[in-house]
Amino acid sequence: MIYDEPKLIPAGDQALVVELGDEINTALNRRVHDLTHLVEEQRIRGVVDLTPTYRSLLVQYDATETSLGEISNAIHDLEDRPGTGSSEQPLVVHVPTLYGGEFGPDLEDIAERAGVPVAEAINIHSSEEYLVYMMGFTPGFPYLGGLDERLVTPRLETPRQEIPAGTVGIAESQTGIYPVSSPGGWRLIGRTPLNLFDPSRESPSLLSAGDYLRFVPIDSEEEFKTIQDSVAAGTYETTMSVKQ
Amino acid sequence: MSQPSLEIVKPGLFTTVQDLGRPGYQRFGVPVSGAMDRFALRAANALAGNDVGAAALEMTVIGPSITFLVDTWAALAGGDLAPKLNGAPVKTWRAFRVSAGSQLTFHGMQDGMRAYLAIAGGIDVPKVMGSRSTYNPSGFGGFEGRALAEGDVLAAFAPDSEYKARFMPADRAPSPYGDSHALRVILGPQHEAFTPKSTESLLSSTFEISLDSDRMGYVLDGPALQHVAGAGVVSDGNPLGAIQVPGDGSPTILLADRGTTGGYARIATVIGVDVDRMAQAVPGNTVTFSTIDIAEAQELLREQVRLLEEIAAGPPVVDQRVAVTVDGVNFEATDADGESLTREPVADPSNPGSSHQVTATVSGVTYDFEVTIEPGDHQQT
Repeated sequence: MIYDEPKLIPAGDQALVVELGDEINTALNRRVHDLTHLVEEQRIRGVVDLTPTYRSLLVQYDATETSLGEISNAIHDLEDRPGTGSSEQPLVVHVPTLYGGEFGPDLEDIAERAGVPVAEAINIHSSEEYLVYMMGFTPGFPYLGGLDERLVTPRLETPRQEIPAGTVGIAESQTGIYPVSSPGGWRLIGRTPLNLFDPSRESPSLLSAGDYLRFVPIDSEEEFKTIQDSVAAGTYETTMSVKQ
Repeated sequence: MSQPSLEIVKPGLFTTVQDLGRPGYQRFGVPVSGAMDRFALRAANALAGNDVGAAALEMTVIGPSITFLVDTWAALAGGDLAPKLNGAPVKTWRAFRVSAGSQLTFHGMQDGMRAYLAIAGGIDVPKVMGSRSTYNPSGFGGFEGRALAEGDVLAAFAPDSEYKARFMPADRAPSPYGDSHALRVILGPQHEAFTPKSTESLLSSTFEISLDSDRMGYVLDGPALQHVAGAGVVSDGNPLGAIQVPGDGSPTILLADRGTTGGYARIATVIGVDVDRMAQAVPGNTVTFSTIDIAEAQELLREQVRLLEEIAAGPPVVDQRVAVTVDGVNFEATDADGESLTREPVADPSNPGSSHQVTATVSGVTYDFEVTIEPGDHQQT
């Protein structure tokens, strides 16, 4: 559910959870990102870091510069502001993805469960704009909401030991992308040649919580390779549009 | 300006460059990292005359062997890993002078498990996302994104001209840490996900720190804590010090390298000053928990800041090195405050390389003997 009033819950002596609800859905998560923008814009004294998640915002603060009371009051004041939407329209980041084959070994299985041909499964998956609910697990890993019900699939019973960087996976009603090669139990449907996280870039993470993402199917391994090479050369320009 | 200042002769068990971490990137899934014992890192810097957030070495259980490449000042804070400078014991919580060629070695964990070495000016490694901290699991930050290895050479910034080395006022250091740790917590953010009996159990039982403990978190062995309806919550942010409890009921305290988000209910959160203490707790040590008021906990954080300011404003350590020679007699060297400069009697007084400060006494009795001061001064007691 989405709460009528946010719950402010202390998390130790240096953090405060602003909880807006207790479920995973786009409307609730959108509110979290709007609140995050508002808190940022207010530049509340002593706030050290903000972690927006599915249903809450974790506000970490420097208790030697402010107090729980001051932070709580500042957050309460924000709620009283009319139209708590952010002034900025969210971005849609276009992520070229090669579906199926060795890059997406579980795609056939997912299509079969959905009772559709593989091409239709790709079509379904790539026609949504997914909200980046939150990031976590590893630096740059996005949890994407908004998967078509037909593609909802549970995690693998036995996780894979190594999933290559850029791999796109599905777990229940979510899509994720592995930024670096890591173990994992999500069902793998494709791979992007984009580099989702590079600590040496000025903005290390390609995606931010609150962005939207669209998967753009790549036709061939050659095209995948071409994009990969231009990413490596630093000449690739990520396509972004404004969410309508 | 910086110059090569430290060479790693032996890396020790796990030695990394850390500062106060990289807040601001958790929304991208990037852990904060930074010193596990934030107070000890800040103190080491304050003692070495640095900004409290300068980069320093975090040394774990088995310290490294280091050769200094320049004449400078350094300071140790935190755990006692039995440090020696050129073979003579060196004090923790006090700046000390080193020369090019000086050897700093560590001879076994005595108390606490993480020691911090600050060098005047602070360690110069590139900032990644605003911080010099090492995040080893993803291989970025610090020195080439990894723990230090034999042969690594680290640069330090030049200290400014107003530079002063310091010491911790007597009895203000948090050590010795001991083997049992009483930690204070704020209940929540999700303690209502646990049975009342489990909260009672958390606050009345003794837990043991398991071997499955690292910079991400400490797993505790003890009575299993029970959830009312499952361990999972809709994933949200992981605050520093949160005690999460997965389905098996073993509490895990989340520390510097914790993931940014998690989906296990958190019964309580260890307060900031006690997270520092946690960082010094060794697997096999015991911990107990009690609750504290948030305002009181925050006052303790402010007390830490006041102490650091006191160090920085306090009298400097004077560079007055004294070589003591007592033929065949064991003695203890003390400074002007009567504080022992050595942990054990100097067994080999014939070694002129061991340098001590100011005065020396033997078993509480002041002896008349000659001391040779380097360079070119002379003093008797």
